[in-house]
Amino acid sequence: MLTLLLLIPIVTAAALFLGNGSRSWSKTAALLQLAVTFLLWFGYDKTKAGYQFVFATEPLFPGLDLRYAVGVDGLSLLMLLLTALVTVAAVWFSPKLEGDKRAGLFDGSVLLISAGATGAFLAKDLFFFYAFHELALIPTFLLIGFWGSGERQAVAWKITIYLGLGSIVLLTGLVDLFLAIPAASRTFDLQKLQELAASHVIPAAAQLRPWLLLTTGFGILVSLFPFHSWAAPAYACAPSPVAMLHSGVLKKFGLYGMLRLVVPFLPQAFHQPVFGTWTAQDLLLAALLGNILYVGLVTIAQRKLDYVIGYSSVMHMGYVFLGIASMNIIGLNGACLLMFSHGLSVAALFALAGVLREREGSLNFERLGGAAKSVPFLSIAFAMAAFASIGLPGFSNFASEVLVFFGGFKEGATPFLKTTTILALWGVVISAVYMLRAYKAVFLGEATASSLKWNDLHGGARYAFALLPIALLLGGFFPHYFLGFLKPTLEAALR
Amino acid sequence: MFAPITLEILVLALGFILLLAESFSNSTSKRSLAKIAIFCLGWVFALSFFVESAPSNPEPGSFWNFYSADPVSMVFKRIALLTTMAVLVMALEYEAVLAKNIPSSRTGAGTGEFFILPLFTCTGLMLLASAVDLVMAFAALELVTISFYVMVAYMRGSHASLEAGVKYLILGALSTGFFVYGITWIFGLTGETHFAKIAVKLAALQDSDTAILFALVLVLVGLGFKVAAVPFQSWVPDVYQGAPTPVTAFLSVGSKAAGFLLLLRVLEPFLGVAALSNKILLVLTVLAGATLIFGNLAALPQNNLKRLLAYSSVGHAGYLLMAIACIGVAPSALGSVGSTVGFYLFAYLLMTLLSFLILTIATQHTKGEEIHHFNGLSRRSPFLAFGLLVAMSSLAGVPLTAGFYGKFLVFAQAVNAHQWTLLALATVTVGAGFYFYLRVVAAMYWAEPTDTSPIHVSGLSKLVIALLVTGIFVFGVNPKPVLAALQSSPAPLAATAH
Repeated sequence: MLTLLLLIPIVTAAALFLGNGSRSWSKTAALLQLAVTFLLWFGYDKTKAGYQFVFATEPLFPGLDLRYAVGVDGLSLLMLLLTALVTVAAVWFSPKLEGDKRAGLFDGSVLLISAGATGAFLAKDLFFFYAFHELALIPTFLLIGFWGSGERQAVAWKITIYLGLGSIVLLTGLVDLFLAIPAASRTFDLQKLQELAASHVIPAAAQLRPWLLLTTGFGILVSLFPFHSWAAPAYACAPSPVAMLHSGVLKKFGLYGMLRLVVPFLPQAFHQPVFGTWTAQDLLLAALLGNILYVGLVTIAQRKLDYVIGYSSVMHMGYVFLGIASMNIIGLNGACLLMFSHGLSVAALFALAGVLREREGSLNFERLGGAAKSVPFLSIAFAMAAFASIGLPGFSNFASEVLVFFGGFKEGATPFLKTTTILALWGVVISAVYMLRAYKAVFLGEATASSLKWNDLHGGARYAFALLPIALLLGGFFPHYFLGFLKPTLEAALR
Repeated sequence: MFAPITLEILVLALGFILLLAESFSNSTSKRSLAKIAIFCLGWVFALSFFVESAPSNPEPGSFWNFYSADPVSMVFKRIALLTTMAVLVMALEYEAVLAKNIPSSRTGAGTGEFFILPLFTCTGLMLLASAVDLVMAFAALELVTISFYVMVAYMRGSHASLEAGVKYLILGALSTGFFVYGITWIFGLTGETHFAKIAVKLAALQDSDTAILFALVLVLVGLGFKVAAVPFQSWVPDVYQGAPTPVTAFLSVGSKAAGFLLLLRVLEPFLGVAALSNKILLVLTVLAGATLIFGNLAALPQNNLKRLLAYSSVGHAGYLLMAIACIGVAPSALGSVGSTVGFYLFAYLLMTLLSFLILTIATQHTKGEEIHHFNGLSRRSPFLAFGLLVAMSSLAGVPLTAGFYGKFLVFAQAVNAHQWTLLALATVTVGAGFYFYLRVVAAMYWAEPTDTSPIHVSGLSKLVIALLVTGIFVFGVNPKPVLAALQSSPAPLAATAH
């Protein structure tokens, strides 16, 4: 069942590469993927802890528990739902490439990115968890370099080399973590690793080095300050489906990895000093403040819509890290829900930015304005996505940010954690400033001549888009329903 | 069941028969020679699964004192056979270029030996895989090297090929000199040439640390040339660029595999000398670090694809040396240094042969070997472009390819041995690798072609490319068949000790 979820995009991509496919193939594949994910979602027994729908092969490494193994728990299921929703939207919002003989390459590569994320989230084996994530690397390189806009080639190099380096640091960290486990119980199975972590197999003294390596590695992949400089330009120049999948889904891999490995295995490392009296947690807090405040201010200074969204996506990663750094159940719940909500809202924003780019050709604020008159659907859609991104009550971003902030004040929080949380609250104001300004610049004010000729969104794209705000609203009104899926996993992680 | 030596005898006999057939036949087309050779090597490969194993206690003076047939040797023998077959396929594709560069009265005359000489190299590689005695190893290594001398300079009409031949001959002979000198020192110290016996004697020697180190350094210099370790790499770029492309492929795979196998076998007795192991590891670490940095950074500005692959070959020698610099530490769950090196070489073979095969085919249509000649290849031949994309991704170390698995194992060794300096260097060089390998991909997929005529690929080459691509993915997900064979004997020499 789970392998099917992986095979749908990969087989379709292969068929598209062979050259006889059309857009309808990838649309079908994305819908199938969503349907299978819904089946899993409603078939999942959330009262039970541990992985379900497990499938595993024989060991693929002599004398070692390394297999192709897939399975889902509540956390991975939530991420798979995010992947499937964003994939549907991404496929529908792909630019029209009629007459281009290489449309198959484009559509296939988009599906491969989705397959990479899907594989990473449903892997129940450490090796495949890592390996699948990188499946997206080469397709991203091809897509941005050939179909991107602006400085596309320079940006494609930057993201590929940056992420390649990040993955190598991560790989070193993973091996170090693996070798820190006592030799007799070493395994690549995530379920067994989770049980090992619960019995605290890694002595406190051996936790700091893998913590630093893993947090740096995952941090690079999530664009944690100061490793953030690849992200915003890459998203701004990428074709919109790539930006949607990358910022919405793929970037969550690093956070997912933090929750899967760093939090359960290396909890004591958070309170160990690295430089002088600075503990590892303090370093992480300082870095995420860089994301929230510094990148937040950088976002305000942007003059182009795609850059605003790109930087805002980098900025919001700070809140997720804040939830993780608080190391308590409320904060982790908030972090997980925020991963889901942010993925949806940023994908929605990039989808609309892509539409605007197709209509106008440039996303410079000076050349836009007053579009609300001619394209009311786009205008309302953008407002919804922007409000969600700011964290207005009613959207699940709000619910998750509230949880993150409560997590930062819970008993046991260090003074620096509390200070950080207070400062992070100002980030909400910053994001309100840039998002509302962006909305005003594009949709309000005096209409530009060209904006009057724009076409509104029609047909399937409306429905594909609507999935995202609907999921956001559901998460905003019924956060408990979603959090119920996460409970066993997060409780086990903190044990 | 056969005696294992039958395999080498068969390949050698095949080489002689084909040589005679070539001299006596009147046909101008020599392609059938290569086809017969590929076919027969395929049979020898199949036979290699039906040989008897070595006796556990060989009689003194018997053949088994020189020759072993442990599972590791068998893996390397099969690697040699497969490589030779792939090289012959490449040679078939290369025939037109070859004929153009050999001045003769009839077109195609004088190309025959080009298809036959690889068989002798193959015999040498197979013997080397089984050699457990320094003299045997030396003889086998020279059989490999001397046949390479001829093949590198094969294109008489091409200045580049002749230049490459001379460079390779001079530096090769020099390195052989170092190697032999090292062997005589070892013999002088221990009075033995068998690896296991040398190990016993060396461990018992007193007060001759300097002499032992000197012998080791001489051997390292000799083998450093073969594996293209820095600072003995200076011949690599020119020779790789000048030699006929199939020979370059053979050189980069065969010569490297031979050198590393021998290096592992020679190092083992020396590591038994407890007082010296730190110094030896330091030397290896420095070699590995220098090779990593030089190979990968010097590859950055290259615009010629063959030259790029030459530097990449130096870079990969760096990763292999990085694994070897972790020798002597208790192996982790992820396997011994020997199996890591073996698997890395196997992965290297798949991706290097794939790159060179596609290079051979594509350059005949692109009028050059510069990277910009590959512009827009994805439009002219999506098949070749995809093959080269896979090869480059694997060389760069993108997961789910065999090349990544090799790097993963090497990094695991380094973490296990706490080689943090080498790890930091390797992280940088992997980043550099992403750049220079993906430049080729960028040229193929981003740029527009100047000439849009489609490229025709012959059926045999298509089959081989498809097999290599499949191999890269299959062994990138499931390396077990290779690793299990490499690990089935705990140490390369254990079977024949005493």
